[in-house]
Amino acid sequence: MEQLTSVLPVHTIRKDFPILDTCVYFDNAATSQKPVEVINSISNFYKNTNANVHRSIHRLGEKATAKYEDARERVRNFINARSVQEIIFTSGTTDSINLVASAFAEKFINEGDSILVTELEHHSNLVPWQLIASRKKATLCFVPLRDDLSYDTEALEKLPWHTIKIAAVSHISNVLGIENNIKSIISHAHGHDVPVLIDAAQSAGHIPIDVQAMDCDFLAFSGHKMCGPLGTGVLYGRERLLEQLPPYRGGGDMIHSVWKDKSSYAHLPCKFEAGTPNIVGAIGLGKAMNYLSRIGITAISDRIYTLSDYFYKATRDIDSIQFLETSEKTHGIFSFVHKIIHPHDLAQYLDSREIAIRAGHHCAQPLHRMLKIPASARVSLYFYNTESEIDCFRTALEEAERFFYV
Amino acid sequence: MFDELYQEILMDHYRHPRNAADLSHIPDSRIHENPTCGDAIKIEITSVNEMVTSIQHETYGCAISTASASLMSEYLKGKNVFQVQEEIIKFLKIMRGELPTDNLDTFEDLVCLAGVAKLPVRLKCATLAWHALLDCILHLVSGVTLP
Repeated sequence: MEQLTSVLPVHTIRKDFPILDTCVYFDNAATSQKPVEVINSISNFYKNTNANVHRSIHRLGEKATAKYEDARERVRNFINARSVQEIIFTSGTTDSINLVASAFAEKFINEGDSILVTELEHHSNLVPWQLIASRKKATLCFVPLRDDLSYDTEALEKLPWHTIKIAAVSHISNVLGIENNIKSIISHAHGHDVPVLIDAAQSAGHIPIDVQAMDCDFLAFSGHKMCGPLGTGVLYGRERLLEQLPPYRGGGDMIHSVWKDKSSYAHLPCKFEAGTPNIVGAIGLGKAMNYLSRIGITAISDRIYTLSDYFYKATRDIDSIQFLETSEKTHGIFSFVHKIIHPHDLAQYLDSREIAIRAGHHCAQPLHRMLKIPASARVSLYFYNTESEIDCFRTALEEAERFFYV
Repeated sequence: MFDELYQEILMDHYRHPRNAADLSHIPDSRIHENPTCGDAIKIEITSVNEMVTSIQHETYGCAISTASASLMSEYLKGKNVFQVQEEIIKFLKIMRGELPTDNLDTFEDLVCLAGVAKLPVRLKCATLAWHALLDCILHLVSGVTLP
């Protein structure tokens, strides 16, 4: 039975996502679905406004530039950055983190330095740092974790802060769904003048984000996990830090003046946006932020918690599954292993019942190694999911057990 | 698609894998893994006069990877090492879509894996054991002792 536990008009909202009629979509941590108005904004741009930005002296070019820069202002507003100079459009979280890893390392990381990360990270917030560490003869050091995988805040002060040049941690784990205690990392790091990058891939568009209140130095997130188009992302960076970083990629739009043997570079944010940007993607992302803001990020966050609570209660009595995260604080993400059914087989069975979940290591192999499990199944919810979909999941899981047990 | 994939014969080999054995004496360095799901397999073969007399496997994996290892071991046991090598290469080509799936008709019960050829994400499940066996066979043919 559908329960009226949320203030969100979920059934009205679902009309904005026709694709949700085709299956129970529980793979939102991989990518969210997109509302019709975001999809339409893409075709409308190509039909009516398509032109390159920043350098085309004609009305289409001016319109495209205005829309692109308007999207940047929407992003600034969405995360409460101080200025649009601090908003760099990228192709996603991975691209944003690689930008920081590469440019920051070139300027600030030397042999013998270290980079602070955690074992909970998505590969996108680990492998770029491994590459940098190897290139610069630096090392990675890891935030000490308690048994429940939360940060051991008491051990934080004992880290070798004198060697740490940057910390990079995720806001919400893409496997466990728990919100990490980034506040403690940021305050310790800032106490030692160490800047902090927050991987907000799973939190942007899911919980309110205010970079000034958070006091982070960099924030990376993807558009496609928050109702925006694929291939879009954002890097927020504190202006004074971005100013100090060298360019990441060279090409058009990121230059001020070019001679045959040298160049001077454009001001922020163009310095970090070489080449023709994903203009339509940025515009679509701006639309997605409009859409989410209209519903209200707090209402969305509350809705995800309500659904998570329902999922928690609907599944905790199933003895055959073991959740990786056992607290009730998961933010819409539930990874689990089944005692008998391999995650691949379970995902394939659920797909035959038109339920989409994820199976594998969810790009977090170190975490799975730490937990000594090769792979897990993952359900990830978003505000447009419903209680009755969770009931369907439970029924299908029981059917899968009957199929694989006999 | 599910019913086509998880046929009775496949489920039977999954629930009761043939030629499965405890291969804990083989070092972990010889485990073949599918990094996307953690499936892992160890294979041990014995041969007499260029004939593969036994194929034993220890598989941790999904229904498809386990059944594929089991079916493979039954099908290839008793064949000449060079023929085994050819059969493995042919099977891998069929799974990768380089040869039509009707080529599986000569592979006896392995024909139940035809559906996998349409599913790129499950390809590695079906071929893991075959890559592991190919590795053993290549070592055997080249005369190099496995560690």
